[in-house]
Amino acid sequence: MKDQIRPALTMVLLLTVLTGLTYPLTVTGLAQVFFPDQANGSLILREGKVVGSRLIGQYFDKPEYFWSRPSATAPFPYNAAASGGSNLGPTNPVLIDAVKTRVAALRTADPGNALPIPVDLVTASGSGLDPHISPAAALYQAKRVARARGLDENSVLTLVSKHTEGRQFGLLGEPRVNVLMLNLALDALTAEPVSR
Amino acid sequence: MTLHGLLQIALFFGVLLLVTKPLGLYMARVYKGRPPGLSVVLGPLERDIYHLCGMRSEEEMAWKRYAQSLLLFSAFGMAVLYVLLRCQQDLPLNPRHFGSLAPDLAFNTAASYVSNTNWQAYAGESTMSHLSQMAGLTAQDFMSSAATMGALMALIRGLVRRGTTTVGNFWVDLVRSILYILLPLAMVSSLMLISQGAVQSLTGSVFVQWLQPRHGNQPVQDSDGQADRQEGFGASQQVLALGPAATQVIARDLGTSGGGFFSANSAHPFESPTPLSDLLLLLLQTVVAAGLTYTYGKMVGDTRRGWAILSVMLVVLSVGAAITYQAESAGNPRILDLGVDLSITDQQPGGNMEGKEIRFGVAQTALVATATTATSTGAPNGMQDSLSPLGGLVPLVMMQSGEVILGGIGSGLSGMIVLVIIAVFISGLMVGRTPEYLGKKLEPYEIKMASVAILVMPIATLVATAFVLMTETGRDAIANPGPHGLTEVLYGFTSMANNNGSAFGGLNADSLLYNVSGALVMLLGRFWTTIPILALAGSFAAKKIVHISEGALPTHMPLFAVWLMIVTVVVSAMSFFPALALGPIAEHLLMTD
Repeated sequence: MKDQIRPALTMVLLLTVLTGLTYPLTVTGLAQVFFPDQANGSLILREGKVVGSRLIGQYFDKPEYFWSRPSATAPFPYNAAASGGSNLGPTNPVLIDAVKTRVAALRTADPGNALPIPVDLVTASGSGLDPHISPAAALYQAKRVARARGLDENSVLTLVSKHTEGRQFGLLGEPRVNVLMLNLALDALTAEPVSR
Repeated sequence: MTLHGLLQIALFFGVLLLVTKPLGLYMARVYKGRPPGLSVVLGPLERDIYHLCGMRSEEEMAWKRYAQSLLLFSAFGMAVLYVLLRCQQDLPLNPRHFGSLAPDLAFNTAASYVSNTNWQAYAGESTMSHLSQMAGLTAQDFMSSAATMGALMALIRGLVRRGTTTVGNFWVDLVRSILYILLPLAMVSSLMLISQGAVQSLTGSVFVQWLQPRHGNQPVQDSDGQADRQEGFGASQQVLALGPAATQVIARDLGTSGGGFFSANSAHPFESPTPLSDLLLLLLQTVVAAGLTYTYGKMVGDTRRGWAILSVMLVVLSVGAAITYQAESAGNPRILDLGVDLSITDQQPGGNMEGKEIRFGVAQTALVATATTATSTGAPNGMQDSLSPLGGLVPLVMMQSGEVILGGIGSGLSGMIVLVIIAVFISGLMVGRTPEYLGKKLEPYEIKMASVAILVMPIATLVATAFVLMTETGRDAIANPGPHGLTEVLYGFTSMANNNGSAFGGLNADSLLYNVSGALVMLLGRFWTTIPILALAGSFAAKKIVHISEGALPTHMPLFAVWLMIVTVVVSAMSFFPALALGPIAEHLLMTD
């Protein structure tokens, strides 16, 4: 047993250096050369300023913006330094009450809209940072956004379909709309006539 | 269920089956000491490692010496990790200035990673420095999984060899597993993952201006004292936590360990940004375990035995995935009356979306929830705690099978071979013949060791669950009321005893009670099974080959595969059915009432 102590200790240290430093640092170097955009968080730059990440959602509750999915991160929604879901079980009354509150908020913001609400718009995502909503959830909100911005509903719908991503390779995952990118495009659309 | 969903699941199984044979063949050559291709580059490095360790790579070890090496290696690894976590505050690569971990949390985490469990009683992005994530956790993802790949090789050699005392050299198996199998796969696949958008940098965080500035309406939850400081940040800016995530995500999936760089694990868009990255991670969790069944068949000289075992694993896995998928598609009946649209269309994923991500939808999330618990990875891409009752039952059962449905790389197949021994033994009793496997007679010693290896898991799980539930601290940690609360604790200890590491995350398990009891359960779950498996290896190696009697059950035929499946299900069902009836089954009946 004693003669195994040296191999055991040396092995732990050597393999730590190999798999815990050499491997991640080499890949970091390669990533920074070949995929710098992705490796650094897929950041969105506008006029030299970072306005967000294409992969991380933000919180919206004004009628003129499309709303993201509910987020359960603490202490405030879309806290990208503390990811996580609600962890509420399906029979937990807290979950049912939360869904009720979210339904009411959506109805209040858009009183004329009696359509059933897509489930993803009233349930919290797993990461609390989901950048997407379903196309149905975007269509549900289009009228409200158009009204709040004084835009023609069709121009909002066009923008939504422009920002709708299909399944990857037509097969994988689900169709989706990136909320932050859509809202940025909306702001640009509204700002255009003013800036010209 | 939709056609798209079923096609995605079928695609996963298809690719897995395609990769099994070539990878299995390659691994067989690695363990025979003739790794093709890579040895030109890595051969000198391999020899340097042996030289620095002052050991002879030709030395053959008896099973006890093999076990000693494995235990010493794990003990030192655990000590190094513990010290690293306790001192991270004063060490470099800590851009967000995290403090060191408390003793009980550091002990729990060190036990968790060295036992290949990756149970996380902490939140990665708000606890761990980059150095701890890389040199501590990523490194153990490799080392702990390579150690059990070694134990599997010892067991297979024991079955193949005859009349000898030795089962191989632990250090050589360890180094070869890492150098020729895990590390090359990790290098290539981490770059693939990054190309999809996973982050890989040494920066701590990036500050982002909210597009819609925050105002009073935005709900702020209470979070004991910490809230104020974070609130100050969040008021004006969103803080995006970054780090060397991709390399750790790849290592933990490849090593079937499962610890997330971020708290939300694979649900986090910086860990798994696209549906394609999700499929990649799912394949990484399963290819090595599947390939090893072929390696096994190759080494025992009859690949049909490998395929027989793999078919049992994949049939159970696909049935489990189908049940989870169906349960999650059905959605939550309790929110149906509230004016919510649960239907599944091309415009929306529908179903039970609480705790799920849009880009994955119901099918991918259900498949990963099942496969990440069937393998001992435990890296789901959604919140297990928010699964429907039956959707959560399946992952529990997958783990309670003893992590043999693919299972951990190395440990899964070892566990399945133990079940093969039990199955052969029972069938031998039924037909009244001396049971034998691969020409080796199964005698009382083998059955004892196999029983010891199998029994420790249900005992540790159920005793720890019962013990913790008897204490007030234990019950206070529960987040959800009713039967779901019991499931949270049962799931936690099932996950720890089986070295899975996924959780019903509502359970607040960072307390002295859970940290210490959990650490002991994880260590028992790993090493109390590894030692009898190595003892089996030694005992088989010493045996002579007996003449195979007529009427013995052939172990490469479909009949035996079915029998093995029944034994696998019965062994776990008998131990856990009462607990499952009180947890998820009761909740399902309540929900649909």
